[in-house]
Amino acid sequence: MLIKRKEFLQIGSLATASMMLPKFLKAFEAPVVNGVPPGNKVVVVIQLSGGNDGLNTVIPVRNDIYYRERPRLGIAKDAAVKLNDETGLHPALTAFRSFYDDGNLGILNSVGYPNPDRSHFRSMDIWHTASASSDYINTGWIGRYLDAQCSGCDKPTQALEVDDVLSLALKGEKSEGLAFRDPRRLYGTSQEKFFKDVSAGHHPEEETVDYLYKTMAETISSADYIFKQSRLHPSSATYPSTQIGQNLKTVASLIFSDINTRVYYLSIGSFDTHVNQQPQQDRLFKELNDGLQAFVQDLKSNGRMDDALIFTFSEFGRRVSQNASGGTDHGTANNMFLISGGLKQKGLINPLPDLSDLSDGDLKYNVDFKSVYATVLNKWLGANDELVLGKKFGYLDFV
Amino acid sequence: MVVTNQLRNQHLLWRSGFGPKAEDLSSLSSISQKELVRKTFKDSAKRPEYIDVAKNAIDGVVKGFADAGKIQNLTKEQKQEIRKQAKEGLKNLNGRWMEEMINGDDQLREKLSLFWHGHFSTRIINVYYQQILLGVIRENALGDFKTLLREVSKSAAMLSFLNNQQNRKQHPNENFAREVMELFTLGRGNYTENDIREGARAFTGWGFNVSGEFVFRDQWHDSGEKNFLGKRGNLNGDDVLDILLENKKTAQFITRKLYRYFVNEQVDEQRVLALSEKFYSSGYNIKALMETIFAADWFFDQKNIGNQIKSPVELIVGIRRMLPMELKNPDIQLLLQRVLGQILFYPPNVAGWPGGRNWIDSSTLMFRLRVPQLMVGGDEFNVKPKDDDDQQMGMMEMSEMKKEKGKMAAMNKMMAQNAGATIAWDVYLQNFAQVEKTNMIDTLTKTVLQRDGVDKNLLLNYADISGRDNLVKSVTLALMSTPEYQLC
Repeated sequence: MLIKRKEFLQIGSLATASMMLPKFLKAFEAPVVNGVPPGNKVVVVIQLSGGNDGLNTVIPVRNDIYYRERPRLGIAKDAAVKLNDETGLHPALTAFRSFYDDGNLGILNSVGYPNPDRSHFRSMDIWHTASASSDYINTGWIGRYLDAQCSGCDKPTQALEVDDVLSLALKGEKSEGLAFRDPRRLYGTSQEKFFKDVSAGHHPEEETVDYLYKTMAETISSADYIFKQSRLHPSSATYPSTQIGQNLKTVASLIFSDINTRVYYLSIGSFDTHVNQQPQQDRLFKELNDGLQAFVQDLKSNGRMDDALIFTFSEFGRRVSQNASGGTDHGTANNMFLISGGLKQKGLINPLPDLSDLSDGDLKYNVDFKSVYATVLNKWLGANDELVLGKKFGYLDFV
Repeated sequence: MVVTNQLRNQHLLWRSGFGPKAEDLSSLSSISQKELVRKTFKDSAKRPEYIDVAKNAIDGVVKGFADAGKIQNLTKEQKQEIRKQAKEGLKNLNGRWMEEMINGDDQLREKLSLFWHGHFSTRIINVYYQQILLGVIRENALGDFKTLLREVSKSAAMLSFLNNQQNRKQHPNENFAREVMELFTLGRGNYTENDIREGARAFTGWGFNVSGEFVFRDQWHDSGEKNFLGKRGNLNGDDVLDILLENKKTAQFITRKLYRYFVNEQVDEQRVLALSEKFYSSGYNIKALMETIFAADWFFDQKNIGNQIKSPVELIVGIRRMLPMELKNPDIQLLLQRVLGQILFYPPNVAGWPGGRNWIDSSTLMFRLRVPQLMVGGDEFNVKPKDDDDQQMGMMEMSEMKKEKGKMAAMNKMMAQNAGATIAWDVYLQNFAQVEKTNMIDTLTKTVLQRDGVDKNLLLNYADISGRDNLVKSVTLALMSTPEYQLC
């Protein structure tokens, strides 16, 4: 058999590339059998960027203070999606009512942290790093989870962010999550072949340059791996064409595959509604609602609803009183949604915030978000939360 | 890589500044190291020109209200105008300073200023205050640290960012006192919580007026006795700074950080201790410390060459120095800064950019490798940076957001259409006019990279061999698209 020179060169370079790969990457080339089979737990984190207004999300529909402080912005009892006599949801969150009815929705109220910071960046940093508000840490809680779980890991794809840029939350000391918008082009570029060749041609050398090459090799092989996995059992369900809808579809396809990913990370925003809040929150919640409706339905049809825990968070809530521009300003404590078939506590897990007991016009927190992380890490992911968070935080009982 | 005179000179230029300029390349193998060190200091000796982008103080006055928390008293139109001005102003300040880094002869001054910009990190929207602080930093970058610390501590930008305007006798705010010790002078572990409380009392009454001038407000100052780091007395803010500067831990902390920035992330503790003793006894003379470092043989040791990860700003400026270019739209630099994680005047927090390996993750690394081709239009810009609600300052309305999105789409389109930059290749090319073609890849590698690079045959595979100029151009861009180029 004649092999054309060009083909020979291609085969040749592939063979070389494979020989050059470190051992932990070679595992990609073997048939994958050790992914996350049904029964294994995954977490889907949805970040509501910009500071979502929690009081217009989970609405105290019988609270006079709420309506007094928000004469223009308050959502009327009849307009809200009813959960019980005291509580309604934002009108756009219709699907959340069915999650609630099915026992798949949990709501944690008054989540926050001591000495809250009202800067977006700083407060988001605090949520990402799980630090105290006086500490500055350069690693994120999911990144440190990777550090703890992945030493000697053969695949660096345990935490994935559907975005072009990696969030601090996914950066660890030694390991880092991967960010990609579209698995087909994790490093999407016309220079793909050049980069592959450069990566394959590296010989171990000095520490820093090796570190760069290791990151490069991991990125390239993870891109191929993620792409192949995403095509193994692609979701056939219909999702909205919004960004969050399509991102959730990508996540669903990966959950149905054999990939070893335990944490998925997505963001939607901006919820920073200082001005003219109502239409903006409305639009974003509709996108979130429709995306999650399709996602939950998809997980259910594929028998994976019990394995996935979705939770939402925002860097802070907003002030109780509306401002003069039809919006709300930066606040403190906020609520979180938990969505899963595996919840042990359902519905309203703790009481709605007490609007008569404010701190300088802001809600007081009574659940530290680090307790939520500790619970997810320990009880859902089976990780050593103390190692990851640097401290013991009390567990909650929602899983 | 053999440590040649050329490599050493390039090392000096990359560390004391932002790398060699196109027109200087040919002289680097012949000029003596000593001569180049001398030139480096001479070029930064002059007092820098003040960068002024805020049209006048009135802008600052209006913006001062925004920072003072009185924003809710303004009308919607006023707020919009303020936001627009501040954002535009910070963009201009960023661009103007980048120009200085790229074209200024005072490379050491700008490089040190970038260091201090991260050390004395502030994140406020008031462009006028930011501009004043940048002036203080650039003016004192090579001066003495005592003056620098004092002037920064009395700047409106820092006092505003660390809430000292709210630090009053009746209700002290400890933010400023804490960070002065933790981040600016002693470093962690060298003071107690009690020192923070007592220090905060000493700083009560330190504030600023709307024009950005330091103001001491006697009626808010706590004039009682304080006990700060073992010293008792009716201490004021200046006394506290003096006590911090008398403490050798401050000299050690600053020297260690400078060593990590200019020499090696892996610190030689003995060496840093010796350097810090000299720094301390010189009265914190920054220039003298830098002279000691650049005159030392160990600075040019192989293990200190080509192993520092360039910050995004160093990467962008370095490319633009070696390849003189005109950007059709300077906003591209801001976009690159955003995607790569270092926007000037928007540090992540008061601790500044962590640097080193923190610059690198899968996304930023692959994007860094694409920067040269993106700049010349050989690759498609298809990356969206994350939103920044602080920058957009929460006042972006939907119509505004659509406009922003439109702008982004337009920029992507522009980047995609071969219109990123026009490179003045001639200046660069003439350095290689005499080089034998067979030596070309070797010569280019040694010019562009600070360490042994990618295999020669691989480069040849991707080279445009249709003529000498195209060979030089294509191999240069390829070399700049490698992991090795991320290092200096």
